Amino acid sequence: MFHRFLSIIRSQRTSPRWQNQCLARSSASASEAHSVTLPAQAEVVICGGGITGTSVAYHLSKMGWKDIVLLEQGRLAAGSTRFCAGILSTARHLTIEQKMADYSNKLYQQLEQETGIQTGYVRTGSVFLAQTQDRLISLKRINSRLNVIGIPSEIISPKKVAELHPFLNMHDLVGAMHVPEDAVVSSADVALALASAASQNGVQIYDRTSVLHVMVKKGQVTGVETDKGQIECRYFVNCAGQWAYELGLSNEEPVSIPLHACEHFYLLTRPLETPLQNNTPTIVDPDGRIYIRNWQGGILSGGFEKNPKPIFTEGKNQLEIQNLQEDWDHFEPLLSSLLRRMPELETLEIMKLVNCPETFTPDMRCIMGESPAVRGYFVLAGMNSAGLSFGGGAGKYLAEWIVNGYPSENVWELDLKRFGALQSSRTFLRHRVMEVMPLIYDLKVPRWDFQTGRQLRTSPLYDRLDAQGARWMEKHGFERPKYFVPPDKDLLALEQSKTFYKPDWFDIVEAEVKCCKEAVCVIDMSSFTKFEITSTGDQALDVLQFLFSNDLDVPVGHIVHTGMLNETGGYENDCSIARLSKRSFFMISPTDQQVHCWAWLRKHMPEDSSLVLEDVTWKYTALNLIGPRAVDVLSELSYAPMTPDHFPTLFCKEMSVGYANGIRVMSMTHTGEPGFMLYIPIEYALHVYNEVMNVGQKYGIRNSGYYALRSLRIEKFFAFWGQDLNTLTTPLECGRESRVKLDKGMDFMGQDALLQQKQNGVYKRFTMFILEDHDTDLDLWPWWGEPIYRNGRYAGQTTSSAYSYSLERHVCLGFVHNFSEDTGEEQVVTVDFINRGEYEIDIAGCRFQAKAKLYPIASLFTHKRRKDDVELSDLHGK
Amino acid sequence: MGRCCCRCCCPRGLWMLSAPCCDDRRMCVCPGPRRIGIPVRSSSLPLFSDAMPAPTQLFFPLVRNCELSRIYGTACYCHHKHLCCSSPYLSQSHLRYTNHPAYATFSRPKESWWQYTQGRRYASTPQKFYLTPPQVNSILKANEYSFKVPEFDGKNVSSILGFDSNQLPANAPIEDRRSAATCLQTRGMLLGVFDGHAGCACSQAVSERLFYYIAVSLLPHETLLEIENAVESGRALLPILQWHKHPNDYFSKEASKLYFNSLRTYWQELIDLNTGESADIDVKEALINAFKRLDNDISLEAQVGDPNSFLNYLVLRVAFSGATACVAHVDGVDLHVANTGDSRAMLGVQEEDGSWSAVTLSNDHNAQNEREVERLKLEHPKNEAKSVVKQDRLLGLLMPFRAFGDVKFKWSIDLQKRVIESGPDQLNDNEYTKFIPPNYHTPPYLTAEPEVTYHRLRPQDKFLVLATDGLWETMHRHDVVKIVGEYLTGMHHQQPIAVGGYKVTLGQMHGLLTERRAKMSSVFEDQNAATHLIRHAVGNNEFGAVDHERLSKMLSLPEELARMYRDDITIIVVQFNSHVVGAYQNQE
Repeated sequence: MFHRFLSIIRSQRTSPRWQNQCLARSSASASEAHSVTLPAQAEVVICGGGITGTSVAYHLSKMGWKDIVLLEQGRLAAGSTRFCAGILSTARHLTIEQKMADYSNKLYQQLEQETGIQTGYVRTGSVFLAQTQDRLISLKRINSRLNVIGIPSEIISPKKVAELHPFLNMHDLVGAMHVPEDAVVSSADVALALASAASQNGVQIYDRTSVLHVMVKKGQVTGVETDKGQIECRYFVNCAGQWAYELGLSNEEPVSIPLHACEHFYLLTRPLETPLQNNTPTIVDPDGRIYIRNWQGGILSGGFEKNPKPIFTEGKNQLEIQNLQEDWDHFEPLLSSLLRRMPELETLEIMKLVNCPETFTPDMRCIMGESPAVRGYFVLAGMNSAGLSFGGGAGKYLAEWIVNGYPSENVWELDLKRFGALQSSRTFLRHRVMEVMPLIYDLKVPRWDFQTGRQLRTSPLYDRLDAQGARWMEKHGFERPKYFVPPDKDLLALEQSKTFYKPDWFDIVEAEVKCCKEAVCVIDMSSFTKFEITSTGDQALDVLQFLFSNDLDVPVGHIVHTGMLNETGGYENDCSIARLSKRSFFMISPTDQQVHCWAWLRKHMPEDSSLVLEDVTWKYTALNLIGPRAVDVLSELSYAPMTPDHFPTLFCKEMSVGYANGIRVMSMTHTGEPGFMLYIPIEYALHVYNEVMNVGQKYGIRNSGYYALRSLRIEKFFAFWGQDLNTLTTPLECGRESRVKLDKGMDFMGQDALLQQKQNGVYKRFTMFILEDHDTDLDLWPWWGEPIYRNGRYAGQTTSSAYSYSLERHVCLGFVHNFSEDTGEEQVVTVDFINRGEYEIDIAGCRFQAKAKLYPIASLFTHKRRKDDVELSDLHGK
Repeated sequence: MGRCCCRCCCPRGLWMLSAPCCDDRRMCVCPGPRRIGIPVRSSSLPLFSDAMPAPTQLFFPLVRNCELSRIYGTACYCHHKHLCCSSPYLSQSHLRYTNHPAYATFSRPKESWWQYTQGRRYASTPQKFYLTPPQVNSILKANEYSFKVPEFDGKNVSSILGFDSNQLPANAPIEDRRSAATCLQTRGMLLGVFDGHAGCACSQAVSERLFYYIAVSLLPHETLLEIENAVESGRALLPILQWHKHPNDYFSKEASKLYFNSLRTYWQELIDLNTGESADIDVKEALINAFKRLDNDISLEAQVGDPNSFLNYLVLRVAFSGATACVAHVDGVDLHVANTGDSRAMLGVQEEDGSWSAVTLSNDHNAQNEREVERLKLEHPKNEAKSVVKQDRLLGLLMPFRAFGDVKFKWSIDLQKRVIESGPDQLNDNEYTKFIPPNYHTPPYLTAEPEVTYHRLRPQDKFLVLATDGLWETMHRHDVVKIVGEYLTGMHHQQPIAVGGYKVTLGQMHGLLTERRAKMSSVFEDQNAATHLIRHAVGNNEFGAVDHERLSKMLSLPEELARMYRDDITIIVVQFNSHVVGAYQNQE
């Protein structure tokens, strides 16, 4: 049946208007819809016949999987895909997004040849305009990163822009970025081509079939209930676009897929008197919030307005679908912007204002991956209006994920497991997407924080800290202090502090860093994910020994830094584990690991009722006492000796602090400074904090925030999971061989990969760069993702950076690769290779010399305490 | 203009803008020819000289309004009672109110008053009185209130969607009052605006009490018995009204007991009067009875007095001040409007072509209403025909021809004197209360009996505006209905533009949209139809568009000045549910 309507489409080819084709398509499939019976079982069932669903089907079938069923509730390519503006743009902020878009571009280009279906693919190139210098910086940063992954692009002058497009008013421009290989395409036809190719490879496609819910048994997908019957399956892929959220919740065991739709408008015009060439480049004017592409001799122009209209908050609503009308008044700012950009279009006749809802996610990144709750339940949705650009690449990664168990690239930034149920509130989503949609064209400066959907999870000290001037950032719904504004200091307004240069909090953080180094600071780190694993016998130890790379069979009270590796030796998680007793362990991981780590442990732990895994994140408030005087504060509060003899580093003890008993004190920090972590049952949090602040006064205690922490840990070359480390980096690549029990003869996950890597050598190496000729006051600051050049050739990207107040230099962390000069293939990176290179870091097109270091600078560690301090505190203690 | 009495009172030919003599126009003993005196020579206007170089700019629209209001039949009156006492009858009498401190200072001689003005801070150092848009909004929105009828099971069965109300004071304190309540023992909703004069005591009392009287009048015999039994045996009472009040709408706690007793007497009488025939209660009759009964109770309470000196003074103040009332009772498609005085109820009707028209549901009881003049003349002997309505005022004094309270126009001279003499000293010191109206031969001259109009709601009846004359004298009813109508439709289903089929260029569309946005921008500032109406009433320029500068000036007028430019404005906009109304219609 599917082939029949494809043939109808082919016969329609002469008509250039895809809108007409859609009509033809609908009538064709409508007449065929009734005489269908679904197969009783399949390996994979894909729900959604848009660009993402067909792409997943296409790639799965390409990878050799046969038994695949694709279900579409309406007609193929009829949802957002049909109304998509058809612009394929590779200029994205994340490298993984750039790669997906680049792959999609290449895929769509050859699709017509592969399937014989016209996709309307035209390589037009695209031009991103900058009305301000800050915008130009942003474009330059993207430009640098595009170039190093092999996508040609260049920064051009306004004059050059005028040459590229006939109508463009360039008088208010300061520059632009030209990406010549970007394309326009008919997205509905791409989806049909993908579907056609997939069906030739054996994928069975059924339209007018709705998925009611997914059947789950013992946390594993067993089948799909549709309005036309059941299909048994092992894998289910939710590509339902804006309905993915609802579909996820329809299961007995709901899968939380946080996304929300907003109305999106674009304008179609009739052709110009002298029709616009069909290779006229697409113009994106982010400062004017609009995009403009050529469309059948006229133009297609839409945008992302400041005041979006969220829709379908209460779920699918037929009334709202019918009421999706042209809202010209809403479009007025964008129309003004269009006419400002192209004044000559005034006389162009309007054809239509299209209203097509687009789906947005809480962090403006798409959602893919396997559900943490239901095995075999995969998701690819929430494309943030870039479904066409990402569809091909994202489909490929998801297919790899299903077939191999993991994708070939690091997709943590897009992983469904970065969210939990806490982002699933409809109110939260509605409010957040209203901020996300304008953000697509907003200037993205370093360290921006979302303003909506805040104050969801807070520490019990939140109000206290807020009253003392805390400025907050959010991670996984948790409010964390960035820094504390002293009462006399008046920071610039939020808008003005958005800068690519030295930020206004520089001096504030400097004071906090200095206090951490010379006296003592207290940082509320309650957001960290905390698990407890206990067992009646040795099961806990056995499981952990297998799952973690470092030896956990340590004496009770010791703390071990260890990675949780996957089969390929990459970090799934990087954590600290304290052995509380013979049979119980306390595990601290990064904040955003709450869902991922839980799912990973659950997946690999045996079904054993005597083995208990508990998420105790909410039970403890974590205070980090950081600095040489932390020990004095703590011994004064506990009347217990805290000297290194009594309390060596990486040691954990339950003790009393102030009146509160049972505080878990750990002699470790996450920055390399001396200090302690206090894990305080929440009801004691305020008491302990007050006591610490009172007693600490004479030692010069002050509050500090995460920016100080970041500066401290980066200057000491501490890698953080999620920023520096990911599922594709192994301990050997970041100089952590000492944290791996390779020589102990114990079996653990990832061991084989590591052993092999040890033999063969590593292909990338985590390196610290100290910027040499960088002027902190005048030059652009590094952020992350800046290209690293070794001897003038691209060698990798930075992963994080910070200003080191001790070195008075910027420090960047990143991975150095050794790409073969001839083939571009990755080669082994040796210590010698690193040391013999001359390095440069490219910040928005400007290269700065950098000194590479493989080991931290020893002088920064001040573990030794001065002699008189020891004596003093000993006096107190006894 | 030459007749303007202000000039003759102002020795230096200055038009005293900052005259602290504004007071109640209703009780003006001086029948000035104009609502607002126009300066012959606007030489020095210290207040506005900086903010507005040519003072006439501000006054020009007012002149227009003034003329408009003449055309539409608003009475001419004078705000400058104190200054323009050229009345042949009372040329020397300086009236003052002791009700509140703002008026207590008014009886100073002209000379000292002049010094007083000169001594004002702003007189010597002109200051700008610009308010920012947020400040303007906070003033306009301070009293706004919205009520949405809750929907049950997703279906709103009430013919009322909800109402918006708001008020903007000109007097300090404001003398207007508003009330809204749902009848709990019968169906229907009550909404009313009350315009007080000679103080706010009467309007306050009426706003608290009238709805109870109406609700009781509407109650069937059994319910009345049940309530009476509950009171008798000390059981919990059936709730009668569900009030919908803005936090600023207060009820006096002190008088509550007294008011309750009067109300109880009323229903006891109703129970006794019941003849056993359980005929349907006629809403019209109930409304009339309730109005008359309440006015009667107000009068009786003042005559009887109260041992508590505070209450005693209160009931006297209530009786000696006055209030008009315009009350709507909506039950399904049955809309009754009971009106006493010159507030007005206006129905907004949307024609099939989308245009708006106004249907007036009440008659003003003032000199512009010939039937009222006729009624008054008939009620009194022929020889009083000339004096009963004089200079468009009742006995040359009172503008509304019907009102609550105002016992000075109701009681016999003997009774007035007796009550005043036995009353508290404050009352005795008050020259106004002591003053007996001229030509006072055959009281009562005033009644609180309302005129009740009935209207059966149709689907095209979209809303009802109840407002005190503060609104109607600044805006024509057609403008009122148009502004509210466009506001309400704009808020809920703004007529969308569709290109479909027409040849429209981007430029044309852009022009159209810019225009629409300019029009809508003032709408979007308000979430409340009443606020939106007040914004227009106060801020409209000659072209019928809200002028921020003008709005800002009008709202920044000092208390003692505001009354010269506008009256208290109180507005309730009731929105009807056309679907429900239509369904009623189809049922029959």
